[in-house]
Amino acid sequence: MTSSTTPGDRMRRFPKIKGVEPAVLIAFGCILLLLVVGAIYSRNFLSATYLLQQLKVASFLGVIATGTMMVILLGQIDLSVPWVVTAGAMMACAAASFGPVGVALAVPVGILCGALIGLVNGFATAYLRIPSMIVTLATNAVTQGLMVVYTGGFSPQDSATPAMRWLATGEAIPVVPNGVLVWALIAVATVFLLNRTTFGRSIYAIGNRERAAFLSGINTRRIVMLTFVLAGALSAFGGVLLAGYASKAAQSMGDAYLLPAIAAVVLGGTHVLGGRGSYLGTVAGVVLITLLQSILSVMQIEEAGRQLIFGVVIVAMLLLYGRQKSA
Amino acid sequence: MRDWRYWFAENKNTLMAVFLFLFMFVIYASNHPAGFTANVVQTSANKATLLAFVAMAQAIVIITAGIDLSVGMILTLANCLASWIVVGSMGETFLGIVGVLLAGSLCGALNGLIVIFGRLQPIVTTIATGAMFYGIALFLRPYPGGGVNEDLADAMTGKLFGVFPASFAALIAVILVVWVPYSRSVLGRAAYAAGSAEQAAYMSGMPVRMAKFTAYVLSGLLSAVGGLYLTFFSYTGEAAYASGSTYTLFSIAAVVLGGVSLMGGRGSAIGAVFGALAFRTIGDLLFVFDFDPLWQPLFQGVILLLAVSISALGLLRVRNKLDWFP
Repeated sequence: MTSSTTPGDRMRRFPKIKGVEPAVLIAFGCILLLLVVGAIYSRNFLSATYLLQQLKVASFLGVIATGTMMVILLGQIDLSVPWVVTAGAMMACAAASFGPVGVALAVPVGILCGALIGLVNGFATAYLRIPSMIVTLATNAVTQGLMVVYTGGFSPQDSATPAMRWLATGEAIPVVPNGVLVWALIAVATVFLLNRTTFGRSIYAIGNRERAAFLSGINTRRIVMLTFVLAGALSAFGGVLLAGYASKAAQSMGDAYLLPAIAAVVLGGTHVLGGRGSYLGTVAGVVLITLLQSILSVMQIEEAGRQLIFGVVIVAMLLLYGRQKSA
Repeated sequence: MRDWRYWFAENKNTLMAVFLFLFMFVIYASNHPAGFTANVVQTSANKATLLAFVAMAQAIVIITAGIDLSVGMILTLANCLASWIVVGSMGETFLGIVGVLLAGSLCGALNGLIVIFGRLQPIVTTIATGAMFYGIALFLRPYPGGGVNEDLADAMTGKLFGVFPASFAALIAVILVVWVPYSRSVLGRAAYAAGSAEQAAYMSGMPVRMAKFTAYVLSGLLSAVGGLYLTFFSYTGEAAYASGSTYTLFSIAAVVLGGVSLMGGRGSAIGAVFGALAFRTIGDLLFVFDFDPLWQPLFQGVILLLAVSISALGLLRVRNKLDWFP
């Protein structure tokens, strides 16, 4: 692959995120603000156990948002998150019912299912040139259909394997939940992938202008497809972790993750049209969204109010710094 | 002669949708155990009109090269609101209907304002406002319940003169009152122009912003009409997240089947209506052929996937690889 290193080297000179973008700073500022508001409301809010608990909850969203971010960096969008998350969880639990081999393979099976759906998304987007928004809506519907047929419309009886539970809730290092460690590992890998590999720089290049990326010798179609595969796998892995956390899979467990995942990415300063954004911002966005949800539930605001406030806050924050340039 | 050919070229996609629907409906009606009767038509009409309204709403926004992922939630909100206020005497009911339509238009106006003046992406905006609308719906109806003026509901879902489904009549009326004047107005033309080349339309002095705003408002209005109809069928209001997102999904499926270009600028709301009718008929074919209803979501999903894949056929005409990229 000597031919592809040259454009890759050149790509490192792209507007690299030196220092921190203002959007990321605003996101961290909002996190501090939320912490202060929470602390005023309740003393327990700043305790280490509570914050670690929040980080654990955030780790599931973080894993899912990682995939969402890569797809958004390409200038595409993945709306199949809800049922890919659910499918990952359900298939992992289903594998567990096939004896010891199934138990051992539960996590890979779940991730593989997500990767397969991602492959369909990516193939249709990259090679068939169908708008990703529409394709992913369709694969979301197909996945839902498959899961409904599989479960018979009810939540499946299979439960998560000990390995899944350990991944989500165990503590390999004292005090720190494994979910957080998993997210940290994925975060390090993602930062490396996005900033230090040809693949990652190509994602940014395609997001900026696919035509130019193509002309500079990048196999844009393959990279778009692989990114969707990666996003599908990460969503499904998020589902596996969630199933481990709740110790079983449930219908529509993924519904609550589409808007937060996109919101976390966009609030973290990633440009909705692709090509610009840092993983640090996504981390900030994920923590911000999780804290917001947590504060709303601590304040015992009902589901209706939470949805409303959540929507308003996201629109308001986007209006603050997510605006496009005027045409 | 020229006029005729021009008209045909412009409406080719809509005509395809009409034929698709007729084809599916013939299969459906000829295999239906009860045969082709006024009752069969009425039942399928009732189910299909609901989707047809939402599909029109979606089509009007997609023509401007936008997208409205909140249509299902506006429908849910209208349903919950209608279950509170479309009750009582004739006058109260009328005011209630006006109130519901107004609420729907306001939701659409909010989307439009954020997209146009906030300059945010339509996808992200409408997903977020959809959460807001769902929140309000849930606030109105934490539990399913409420009622509706049942005389009106029965009249709107029954048969005219014993044969013609009233819901179809309402659908045609809405098309005549909303779509026909809109698509022939300056704003409607500007919406098409904005969909195919926004900057060129702006440079030619077309009211691009106003056209896009109107499109979002009409989308909200038509979704609210759909919500009203849902209330007429179900007699209750329910804030169901799953049903809302299903309607959003189906509206896009209907628009695609109806030959509206997802890139904007091509197609018509009438095509979307026939797309909706065809989509519903295809979904119901499963019942006619006695499949397990469990397979229906998968079947509808596969149809949607196939329908969107059709647009990939355009790739065969691409001669320059650079045309792959918009």
